[in-house]
Amino acid sequence: MTSAWAMAWLILSPLVGAALAFAFPRLGRWLALGTAGVVGLAVVRLMRLVFAGGVQTHRVSGWGAPLGIELRADGLSVLMLIVTALIGVAIALYSQRYFVSGHDDDALHRERYFWPLFLFLWTALNALYLSADIFNLYVTLEMLGFAAVTLVALAGTRAALTAALRYVFVSLSASLFYLLGVGLVYGQCGTVDLPSLAAQARPGPALWVALALMTGGLVAKAALFPLHGWLPPAHANAPAPVSALLSALVVKAPFYILLRLWFEAFPALMTPAVAQVFGALGAAAILWGSVHALFQPRLKLVIAYSTVAQLGYLFLLFPLAAAQEGGFMAWSGGLMLLGAHACAKTAMFLTAGNILHAAGHDRIEDLDGITHILPVSVFAFGLAGMSLIGLPPSSGFAGKWLLLNAALAQGQWWWVAVMLLGSLLAAAYIVRMLAHAFTRVDEPKTPNPIPPVMEGTALALALLAVVLGFASPWAAELLRVGAPVVGPIVMGGSVP
Amino acid sequence: MPDADYRIYALAGVALFAIGFYSMLVQAHLLRRIMALNVMGSGVFLVYIALGAQTPGPIPDPVPHAMVLTGIVVSVCATGLALALVDRVQAAASEAEPGDDA
Amino acid sequence: MTSRVLVGVLSLALLAALGWAVLSLPLRPTGLTAASLAKLSESGVTNPVTAVLLNYRGYDTLLEVGVLLLAIVAVWSLRRGEWPASHLHDRPLVMSLLRVVLPVLVLAAGYLLWIGAFAPGGAFQGGALLGGAIVLVMLGGLARRVLAFDRLLRAGLVLGVIVFAAVCAVTMLLTGGLLQFPANTGGTWIMVIESAALVSIGLTLGLLYFGGRPNAHHA
Repeated sequence: MTSAWAMAWLILSPLVGAALAFAFPRLGRWLALGTAGVVGLAVVRLMRLVFAGGVQTHRVSGWGAPLGIELRADGLSVLMLIVTALIGVAIALYSQRYFVSGHDDDALHRERYFWPLFLFLWTALNALYLSADIFNLYVTLEMLGFAAVTLVALAGTRAALTAALRYVFVSLSASLFYLLGVGLVYGQCGTVDLPSLAAQARPGPALWVALALMTGGLVAKAALFPLHGWLPPAHANAPAPVSALLSALVVKAPFYILLRLWFEAFPALMTPAVAQVFGALGAAAILWGSVHALFQPRLKLVIAYSTVAQLGYLFLLFPLAAAQEGGFMAWSGGLMLLGAHACAKTAMFLTAGNILHAAGHDRIEDLDGITHILPVSVFAFGLAGMSLIGLPPSSGFAGKWLLLNAALAQGQWWWVAVMLLGSLLAAAYIVRMLAHAFTRVDEPKTPNPIPPVMEGTALALALLAVVLGFASPWAAELLRVGAPVVGPIVMGGSVP
Repeated sequence: MPDADYRIYALAGVALFAIGFYSMLVQAHLLRRIMALNVMGSGVFLVYIALGAQTPGPIPDPVPHAMVLTGIVVSVCATGLALALVDRVQAAASEAEPGDDA
Repeated sequence: MTSRVLVGVLSLALLAALGWAVLSLPLRPTGLTAASLAKLSESGVTNPVTAVLLNYRGYDTLLEVGVLLLAIVAVWSLRRGEWPASHLHDRPLVMSLLRVVLPVLVLAAGYLLWIGAFAPGGAFQGGALLGGAIVLVMLGGLARRVLAFDRLLRAGLVLGVIVFAAVCAVTMLLTGGLLQFPANTGGTWIMVIESAALVSIGLTLGLLYFGGRPNAHHA
């Protein structure tokens, strides 16, 4: 199978799956499983091709840029596709049982519409990670946004609907900012193709404004401080698998596009000042999000605010990867952190979903003794927490370690302080939940039964988050293919 | 189209964009906020069309035209989605719902 | 009040920055007119915009047809639709006019589809007319029972995506490239895609006006 076929399968199978899931609602769950399998195989194939042959490109319709659209798979794309596929498979399995737990008409409605919307979301993500055309990225962003908003609203509660409404306004206006930016870029450069832009873009007022517009829109979609307000209510009130998809995957896509724009298309515009501004906003997100997570009464809100904080870590990649010393360390560290967070956050939200099912609520104060009812889920939460805090040997540790090393190598010690503080705060809010879970309870409560696959997928992802730390050298090698930043990785401790 | 300057249309487009943006943030009525989004979108499309006209050649540049067609379709879809969501929210607000989360 | 002022100032700053950007764009931008015209003979159509939409940047159109389907799925998931409150059926003159206008609209939609290959037109434009025709049907209270044919409606809505994907699959088997048409057959493939898309676009737009899922059923 050539890379063109792999890429085509990645985009077309979830799209066709979504259409068929809408046309034949009863087949939804099987179509999702089938699509997950096909996508998984295609991702593995593409990854092999990229490792063996370097960056893979395909000119769609046979026309190359700038007239046509190019699909491109380099190390970064493949990593994002792998993360998406892992989470996608887990959610497809978890949701087999999650929605069927209720037997009324509403539950059936939610289940029937979840599958096509989920598959559309997956299509959008795959298409986004393979696209090398900034207008095409707009179309994928819109597909992503529509699917995400509707999935939040699927919960049907007043809180979910209000959160979805706020999300839709943010998403739509942000997309328009991005679209206007694309227009200005086209007016200046005559192309919307990323590699062509990299070759010919020169700094100028139109490009500055265009990049500012696009960044503004993408930063709002990625919920970076201070445009993060829409995220906690949306992620907390959505159904559990949707919350996982949102925190793990949906908010990472605009961040990915920002990386492409600033590191590949317009590197000349990334001055140290701009990079530090990104870092400062990231630091603010880490601190603000972590502190808020500490005081939330509901478990899902804790996890949602934690997402705001963890996204801040990702933006630290800008000042650290842009520098000469240790640039690639920071690049790979930040992206490993992205993958680690995706697995850990999914595990946490799935655990929260299990707890909601079993106990009927997610108020932390009243979750005493939940360990006795859901030992597997609480264990998964603990493991995921390990990765989130950054304890070895988890992948969260690997990512943070690389970022810290890069910061030290460049003398940007202020980021070190922020990261350490962030880890401490994360430990605090994780332990707070676990403390309540492990308390003794005199009268055991009668829980609702939980299907094993729901606990199993949560545990599997949490284990992945912890164990993937050992895969970091492999991930770094993958990221090296086509990376815009070069340099060595020093994992052993001493800094050159 | 040589020699003519179509930038006035692009300026009109960005003015629409700014007006739409202001209205979207400031209006209280949800329907008007959706209309403001549409105004923003129209502004963006006008900028694209103006760019297409500005390009020298026997015909306007067809690529921005195709992009605008795509954009219009996406915009209609977005409006439909937003309207349905607004209606759901208003329907939910007018009925008492037990066990509401904050 | 102060928030209004703040937002106002922000919007004015935005306007100033955007105006400055527009005025600093090159007076004669490079654009892609020349490239589009140069390859037009190989595209299978003679209208440049259609060539861009369905050939050069056909992949965008594929995703866009997907977004259309997503929109109707989303709206159906959100609420039940309702017939527009209308008293048109009490006005026999309007109803007679409708009975003439509707077939003309459908014909015009087909005409726009066909002419899109060599003049302004195409599936989206025709689909918009078709959607308008469906809105008129709803306003006139005609064909209420059609909405009960759930299977048929769903089939019509997904037709665009399915046919487009099928064309992708077949052409990929033939040429090895995604959406790469074999030589000299571009026009035919484009017409196949556009015909299916016309049906789906018209149905989607009309049903978006209806505002939600038709039946009493949940799914």
